[in-house]
Amino acid sequence: MSDTHAQTVAFVRETEIPPSPPPASEAGVIKWLRENLFSSIANSILTILGLIAVYYIVVGLGPWLANSIWQSDSLAECREILDGANGACFAVIRERWNQLLFGFRYPVDEYWRPALAFVLLFVAILPVLFSHLPRKLLIGTALYPFLAFWLIWGGSVLIPIVALLGFVVGAVAYSMISARSFVGAIAAAVIAAAATWWAGGLLLRIGADFLALRAVPSRDLGGFMLNMILGTVCVSLSLPIGIVLALGRQSNLPIIKVLCVIFIEFVRGVPLITLLFVASVILAYFFPPESNLDLVLRVIIMITMFASAYIAEVIRGGLAALPRGQYEAADSLGLDYAQSMRLIILPQALKISIPGIVNVAVGLFKDTTLVAIISMYDLVGLIRGPILASTDWNGVYWELWSFAALLFFVICYGISQYSQWLERKLATDHR
Amino acid sequence: MAMTEDMQVDTSQMKVSDEVAISIDNMNKWYGSFHVLRDIDLTVYRGERIVICGPSGSGKSTLIRCINALEEHQQGRIEVDGTVLSSDLKNIDKIRSEVGMCFQHFNLFPHLTILENCTLAPIWVRKTPKKEAEETAMHFLRKVKIPEQADKYPGQLSGGQQQRVAIARSLCMRPRIMLFDEPTSALDPEMIKEVLDTMIELAEEGMTMLCVTHEMGFARQVANRVIFMDDGQIVEQNEPEAFFSDPQNERTKLFLSQILGH
Repeated sequence: MSDTHAQTVAFVRETEIPPSPPPASEAGVIKWLRENLFSSIANSILTILGLIAVYYIVVGLGPWLANSIWQSDSLAECREILDGANGACFAVIRERWNQLLFGFRYPVDEYWRPALAFVLLFVAILPVLFSHLPRKLLIGTALYPFLAFWLIWGGSVLIPIVALLGFVVGAVAYSMISARSFVGAIAAAVIAAAATWWAGGLLLRIGADFLALRAVPSRDLGGFMLNMILGTVCVSLSLPIGIVLALGRQSNLPIIKVLCVIFIEFVRGVPLITLLFVASVILAYFFPPESNLDLVLRVIIMITMFASAYIAEVIRGGLAALPRGQYEAADSLGLDYAQSMRLIILPQALKISIPGIVNVAVGLFKDTTLVAIISMYDLVGLIRGPILASTDWNGVYWELWSFAALLFFVICYGISQYSQWLERKLATDHR
Repeated sequence: MAMTEDMQVDTSQMKVSDEVAISIDNMNKWYGSFHVLRDIDLTVYRGERIVICGPSGSGKSTLIRCINALEEHQQGRIEVDGTVLSSDLKNIDKIRSEVGMCFQHFNLFPHLTILENCTLAPIWVRKTPKKEAEETAMHFLRKVKIPEQADKYPGQLSGGQQQRVAIARSLCMRPRIMLFDEPTSALDPEMIKEVLDTMIELAEEGMTMLCVTHEMGFARQVANRVIFMDDGQIVEQNEPEAFFSDPQNERTKLFLSQILGH
C-alpha cells in the first residue's frame, strides 16, 4: 500500500523548464485607452468629464494667449488694439521687465552687476550640488558671497576683501589652537576675526573709493532679485544652523539642550510675519540709533532664524530614524563625537531628511514674498505697488501674477527635481 | 550570593598566559532602579577565548558592552589593557580603539562601501595614510574571504557576509581584544557556519575574545572558559568540558538542559 502511494507522490525532475516570454497579447493605443480610460462605466464617465474640462480650459485660454499683445505702453492701448477681443496684455511684462527683475530704484546703468551675480551664482552653486565636479571649484563657491555682495551693493572692493580677510584670519587662529582646546580655538577665532574687521574698518575710512563700484543702498534693491538674494542667503545659512540646532537638541549637556529647545519652540511658534515686523520696526529699538543695521540684513536674520528652526526639526527626524547601532558602531571604533557625527550620523540623517529639507527650502523661498508686507519692493511688493498702482497698468492682474507664479515655479520645480535626483544618487541601501 | 562563591572554580588554572587583558572588580550597574549587573568580578588573561551564555535578560550583553563603555557602570572598576575606564572621553576613545566589537545586527555603515567601512576608523582615528589603510583592509577582507565585495555596499551583501565584513572592519583597527555580542543570532542557519569559521580562525591566532553566544558547539570547540550568567550575576564558570558534562548550579543545569535538550 505504502509503495503505490510513494510512487504516485514521488517525483524527480529530469528536464529543466527553459524560461519563455510572456504570452503575446494585443498591444497598441487602443488597448492602452481601453485599459486606462474606459475600463469601467465610472471610469468612462470621468474620462468624458475630464475631456470636457480640458476643452473649456483650451477654449478659454487659447484665444487669450493667441491674441496676446506684447507691444504697448498701457493697458488702455492694449484694449484699443484688441478691440473687444479676448486677449492677454503681456506688454506690461515687456515694458516693466527691468523693474520686475531689479526693482524700480536700482540704477539703470548698473543692471549688469546683479545680472552677472545671478549668472555667477550657478557657477558657484554647481560644485556644491554635484559632488563629482572637481573639489577645487569650491574655492570659487567660498569667494562667491563676497563677490556677489560687492557686485550688488557696490562700494569699495575693500569692503568684501576685509570681510573675507576676517574669516580667513579667524580660520587660521582656529586651526592653530584647535588641537589644544576646542572652546579656546572658537574664542581665538572670534577675537581674531573681530580684530581684523575693526582694523579693516579703519582702512575703509581711508580707502572708501578704492576700486569702488557705485554704491546702491539696500532700500533700492527690489524685484525678483530681492527674492533671489533672500532665498539663496537664507537657505544656505539656515541649513548649517539647523544642523547645529538639531544636534544641540540631542546634546547631553543640559544648558545647550535647553537653549536649542527654547529657540526652536519659540521661533516655530511665531508667525513669520511677526518676525518680519520685528525686523522692520522693533529691532531698531534694541540697537543704538547710530548703528543703523541694514534692513535687508535684519530680514535675512529673521528669515534664517525661522527656517533654521524648521530645518532643525526635520533633521531631528532624520537623526531619530537612524538605528542606535549606527551610533554604537561609530563609538566602538573609537571615533570621537565630531567624527562620528560628520562621517557616520549626519550623512545618513541628512539623506533621510532630504524631502523635508527641500520642503522647507521651497517654502522659505516662496515666503520671501512676505517682505512685501513690510514695504519692501520684492517681486510681489512691486507688482502690488508701483506697477498695479500706476495709471498705465492698473488692472493687468492675470498677466502679472501668472508671470510671478511662473518665475517662482521654475525655481521651486528645479529645486524639487534636483532633490529627487540627489535621493536616487544617494540610494545605497538597495531596499 | 554565598552560593556563587562556593561554585567558583579556580580560574587561574585555565589561563593561557600571565598577562591580564581585562580585569573587572566588583562592578555593578543599574538601569534606573533595576540592578542589571551585580558584583561582577572577572579577570581575562591575554589569549583567552571566553564564551558567555545565559538566558535572555541575564546581563551578558550589558557586561561586554560595559567593557568598551557603550554602557556606563555605576560602581566598581574596569581595567582594559592597562587603562582604567573612567568618564574621561579621551580615555574611553583610547580603549575603544584597542577593543574591537561585533554586533548582533552587524551595524555596518550603509552609506559607505565595504572598503570604506573598513578604512574609515584607521584613517580618522589612527591617522593611517589612505593607501596603507586600504591595503590593510584588503588584507583582512581576504582573511574573511570576501575581497571581491570591496566595492559593494553593505545592503548588497548577505547577512553572513555582512557579519564577516564587520569582523574585518574591527580587525583593521588591529585590536588586542575582540568582543562579540551574539554575532550569529540574526543569521540564517546556513550562514552561521561561515561566521563561526572566521571566529575560530581568529581564536587560533591567539586573539583575546569575549563572546556572547548560544552556539554551544563553538563554545566546546574554541572556548577555554565558559561563563554562565543569570539575573545579572556570574553563576558558574568552568572549562567547557567540565561545564557541559558536569554543571554544578541548578540554574546552569536547567539552562543547559533547555538549550541542549533537542
